[in-house]
Amino acid sequence: MTELTLPDWKDMYAALWRIRLFEGHVQRLAAAGEILGFPHLSTGQEAVAVGVCTQLKREDVLFTSHRGHGHVLAKGSDMEATFAEILGRRTGLCGGRGGSMHLVDAANGVLGATGVVAGNLALAAGAAWALQAQGRENISVVFFGDGATGAGAFHETLNLAALWRLPILFVCENNGYAEFTSREEHSNVKHVSSFAAPYGIATQTIDGNDLPTVFAAAGAAIETLRGGAGPYLLEYRSKEELAEIREKCPIERLKRYLVERGVDPEELNAIGERTKNEVLRAVEGALEAPRPDPATVLEFVYRAPMLAGISG
Amino acid sequence: MQHTFIEILRRALDEELARDAAVYLVGEDVAAGGAFGVTRGLAQKHGTARVRNTPISEAAITGLATGAALCGLKPVLEIMFIDFATLSMDCLVNQTAKYRYMSGGQLAVPLVVRTQAGAAGGAAAQHSQSLEAWFIHVPGLVVVAPATPAEAYGLLKSSIRLGEPVLFVEHKRLYTMKEELAEDAALPPIGRARIARPGTDVTLIAYSAMVQTALEAARELADAGISTEVIDLRTLLPLDMGTIAASVSKTHRALIAHEAVLNGGVGAEIAARIGAELFDELDGPVNRVGCPFAPIPFAPELERALLPGSADIVRAVREMME
Repeated sequence: MTELTLPDWKDMYAALWRIRLFEGHVQRLAAAGEILGFPHLSTGQEAVAVGVCTQLKREDVLFTSHRGHGHVLAKGSDMEATFAEILGRRTGLCGGRGGSMHLVDAANGVLGATGVVAGNLALAAGAAWALQAQGRENISVVFFGDGATGAGAFHETLNLAALWRLPILFVCENNGYAEFTSREEHSNVKHVSSFAAPYGIATQTIDGNDLPTVFAAAGAAIETLRGGAGPYLLEYRSKEELAEIREKCPIERLKRYLVERGVDPEELNAIGERTKNEVLRAVEGALEAPRPDPATVLEFVYRAPMLAGISG
Repeated sequence: MQHTFIEILRRALDEELARDAAVYLVGEDVAAGGAFGVTRGLAQKHGTARVRNTPISEAAITGLATGAALCGLKPVLEIMFIDFATLSMDCLVNQTAKYRYMSGGQLAVPLVVRTQAGAAGGAAAQHSQSLEAWFIHVPGLVVVAPATPAEAYGLLKSSIRLGEPVLFVEHKRLYTMKEELAEDAALPPIGRARIARPGTDVTLIAYSAMVQTALEAARELADAGISTEVIDLRTLLPLDMGTIAASVSKTHRALIAHEAVLNGGVGAEIAARIGAELFDELDGPVNRVGCPFAPIPFAPELERALLPGSADIVRAVREMME
């Protein structure tokens, strides 16, 4: 696993802020009616996105859920193009056809978010199958919430992934709620990681708000995946019932961690300020971007040469 | 030499596996030959990595095939019965069909979902349905339903090479039908119907096994002096309105026949299109023959009583000619 230097940690500190501030703008513009639809924010879950995605290669593939802005940014997709997509602009990642819940950045390995809970799990297994069949060393990563464990597709996919020893990392962000109902009302199974055991899938449940913990666990899991050991399920918790979770905010926690290691708090504040300007520039750029041309609305239903023949 | 529908499908799959290393067969029992023996011997020949068995998990294997198609494979997924495609529907409708569009053209899903449908004696309500109309309602999908073994050979190959998600619907009643395969025949394009029998008095539009029933009816009608043009749609989505328009402009009468129930069926769509686009050509109302609105029963007497046959088509045409 990669040993991190202080500059690496500072980059990740900026990455946490980038997501936090990005989501803040999404929230603000959604409230103002500038962003339509159902944008889901990942505020407070930044450590999982950064801790996992910064360890992926560009050719590793990522599938995220309806709450995926942070994952896409942490994988390295362009911030302005991502924001433009959430705004529905022509310069957005998908030209305004996808929106918040359907972000795709294929060149960067982001193969899709999904608006159907658990709908991304089998897709990610299929991508892992393709990587395996092609003899590539890349892996497939899929993010989902604990709500997805109520769906049959979750269990079907775990079984298949274990059976075929697929190079897939299942990342559950267990925030304790499926929609607005607490996990206790959804399932008697407290830890999502418990579902991994019967299939023989390696698993760990850890504090999802502590970036060093996330980074270490994800790094170890990714290493076993690249070694061909088969699927791995990481469960990140964020609720207070985990004894080791002392404080929820991952940014504050990383700040304290770095200050304890001798980093000047003023330097970290400066990183925060710099990031604020960077995000603001991206958001302003996206807001100025052109809207899609209504005349193009039928493009991409099928590939262009087929389009002429398609009349429903 | 004549070959059955099943043998010809197997040959098409065998040749496509040999032709393109990105083609993979996947599904329940496919490495063991499949429930109807279509893939028999292919795992031995091409290896179990290329012809891969899955658990009975239609939701997951449809997602699996879709995800693999996003990453460079060209999977041919077998869903044993179209009745079980209900379990694949979330993925097919919400993911597979929409990927190209939602991604703004960044990604495509070159996937063929082979499935079989229809009633063939005693398979009863959960193994006999004709559910193809559900899929023509979904932008992004292609729906193909061959009517003969030779047609199935070419259409399956064209579907695998298309680069779009195709639902390939085989009718189990056709599986034992035999036909000669022309060695040098060009592959039929997806989206083009064919004239299965030329005629001048009435246009009879059908697909899948109902094309055979329509041809039987046309022969009987010919004896009565009525010349029937039978169109085999081949592709239900996209619909080849050009071929339909040319025929109806000649005959001025149109009848659509399918095994599926009439309610919300493919025939309803075609009738509406003919009405809207070819109204001035018509000498009378567009008519439809299909299954009455009931599930497929088990007992042979009941099944026969329900399924539309050539007699129903003959009767409908005669009424239209009066």
